[in-house]
Amino acid sequence: MLRQFWEGGPRRDPNTIAYVVLLVAAIFFPILVNVITGGNSSAIMTIAADAGVYVLLAIGLNVVVGFAGLLDLGYAAFFAIGAYTYAFLASDHMRVTPLGEPIHISFWIVLLIAMFVAASFGVILGAPTLRLRGDYLAIVTLGFGEIVPRVFRNASSWTSGVNGISALDIPSLPLWLQGPWSGDAFAFVTDFKVISSLAYYVIMVILVIICVILVRNLHRSRLGRAWMAVREDEVAAAAMGVNTVAVKLLAFSIGAAFSGFAGTYYAGKLSLVSPENFGFSVSITILVMVVLGGMGNIPGVITGALLIYYVIFVLLQQLPEYAVNFVSSIGLSGLVRSSGDYPGIAEFISRLKFLVFGLILVIVMLVRPQGLLPSRQREQELHKGVHDEPVIEDVTAETT
Amino acid sequence: MTVEVIPPILRVDHVTKRFGGLVAVDDVTFDVKKGEIFALIGPNGAGKTTLFNGITGIFPPTTGRVIFQDREITGAKPHQVATLGIARTFQNIRLFEYMSALDNVRLGQHCRMHAKLWDSLFKTPVERAEERRVSDRAIELLQFVGIERYTHTYARNLPYGSQRRLEIARALATNPALLLLDEPAAGFTPQEKVELMGLVHKIVDNGVTVFLIEHDMKVVMGVSRRIVVLDHGEKIAEGTPEQVRNDQRVIEAYLGKQH
Ligand SMILES: Nc1ncnc2c1ncn2[C@@H]1O[C@H](COP(=O)(O)OP(=O)(O)OP(=O)(O)O)[C@@H](O)[C@H]1O
Ligand SMILES: [Mg+2]
Repeated sequence: MLRQFWEGGPRRDPNTIAYVVLLVAAIFFPILVNVITGGNSSAIMTIAADAGVYVLLAIGLNVVVGFAGLLDLGYAAFFAIGAYTYAFLASDHMRVTPLGEPIHISFWIVLLIAMFVAASFGVILGAPTLRLRGDYLAIVTLGFGEIVPRVFRNASSWTSGVNGISALDIPSLPLWLQGPWSGDAFAFVTDFKVISSLAYYVIMVILVIICVILVRNLHRSRLGRAWMAVREDEVAAAAMGVNTVAVKLLAFSIGAAFSGFAGTYYAGKLSLVSPENFGFSVSITILVMVVLGGMGNIPGVITGALLIYYVIFVLLQQLPEYAVNFVSSIGLSGLVRSSGDYPGIAEFISRLKFLVFGLILVIVMLVRPQGLLPSRQREQELHKGVHDEPVIEDVTAETT
Repeated sequence: MTVEVIPPILRVDHVTKRFGGLVAVDDVTFDVKKGEIFALIGPNGAGKTTLFNGITGIFPPTTGRVIFQDREITGAKPHQVATLGIARTFQNIRLFEYMSALDNVRLGQHCRMHAKLWDSLFKTPVERAEERRVSDRAIELLQFVGIERYTHTYARNLPYGSQRRLEIARALATNPALLLLDEPAAGFTPQEKVELMGLVHKIVDNGVTVFLIEHDMKVVMGVSRRIVVLDHGEKIAEGTPEQVRNDQRVIEAYLGKQH
């Protein structure tokens, strides 16, 4: 049965396996964490829900970079715009701005507004730029990525500057199912305040699933084909009747919409926005997730996002602690203390953090230049130089 | 049948194209008539491809006008020209290499499709039906040019001759009234050339006007009733194969180059 499913399935899409694995992992993750931590899963679930923000960002940037082949180096700017949209529209903050009146709009509505606002900025930025050669977009987005956090920092009468905006509204759901997982009896609750990290996790997983379905639909549509064509040969695509500027603009603003969407979720969960959270390094981190995971392939970029998130926000943070435990356990506890120029093993390793990160990236890209789970096209492209004789290959899986 | 009563589908009116100091196309004027196989010939660097680029909006003419079906299209964007009904192939094959033959031809139908962003996002029944229609039509076209066995093969992995045919199928997918073929038989054996000209006749029989560039005079003589000859950007002759063959300037242009 199972064998038949893998081999003879209607699509024979290798991604099917990846999707199933990811879905199963997403479902069993909270249960597993709960068992391992003995019911104290909240800290880990918070991290997992935060990782979801990056998954959303990576899926969105993949539309821009992976599907349409546009290099966006300021993707975090739209993330900031989404986060600040929520801060403006769902907190008391507006009372202390020139507006003088607080605005409280439901989280779910702001999600849509933020998508729209971010997409509009995408259009404003993309419309003049996408007519020019590809490299211009990289430079313009780089600039935009620098400007946006700076505007939020400096327009302090509206944004409180470096202090950021805090005490944002807690998202609430009209209906929620309680159960043993939160230590309650089964019951439906109305007007449920989303506070528990498990609830955030569940909501995030659902949002990611919806986004994956929508983006996958796009990829397999008329528009997805046009993106692929533009990425391969813009002149030929135009000569075949594709309005290349419009199609690229659409990719760019859909990507921006995703980023805005993720920004609102991020702000809602953190209940705080600050201009420091949206710098260039965020844009680059997301780009690394996309490239390392497998540009153009949705399960690939999800895997990339999860992996990079884990490395940056979990592994590297804990590395000093691991090092201390390690040297103590092998009887070299003398290394733990600092002496002279030597700062002690914890600090020493902590300073090496980004060297370690860099090494991991270099090694992965050397071993798998096409990314962890590449799209079929990309895999082929990277083999171009290797065996250039024509190979008749069946690509049914990609095209049906 | 008198040629004069057939209305022109394309009118190239005093078209000039300069690249800096170089005049690649120099004040060229001619008509392509509906339903014919019209040929443009000329030695290397004569400006033939440049003229195609001018017609299709890739490099708009410096001066002059291009009129398609009584409508001026000078300076229109390539995608607008394609949507109006002029499709083309490229001298140096420009397929989407990492897309299957099927997807290449499906892409050709892009400008004839109506699915909106919304339809694509939610895979609405309208979108599904359209995708099915487009796939069926694509397979039909692959059969029409005779390469249906490569339906699911990446374009770059097709044999050379089939790549040229795939380009034609992709161009036909835009449902053109006028098809521009830039040296469609380049690099073909004489046998393949004959087969390709058979395909060109089939295309014209389907109501598409064909305007082709060909290097090999012998091939052209067999298919076209009317030929324009370009040399150094200038039109040096126009007429039936017999007229062109016996034209003194044409003989000079060709023999002067080759001997
Ligand atoms: N984009 C361009 N920029 C500058 N010069 C160009 C450009 N395209 C063509 N040319 C020049 O214009 C002239 C005509 O070139 P074109 O490609 O139109 O010739 P052709 O008749 O198609 O020749 P061939 O038979 O070799 O294909 C050549 O001298 C060429 O170098
Ligand atoms: Mg040419």
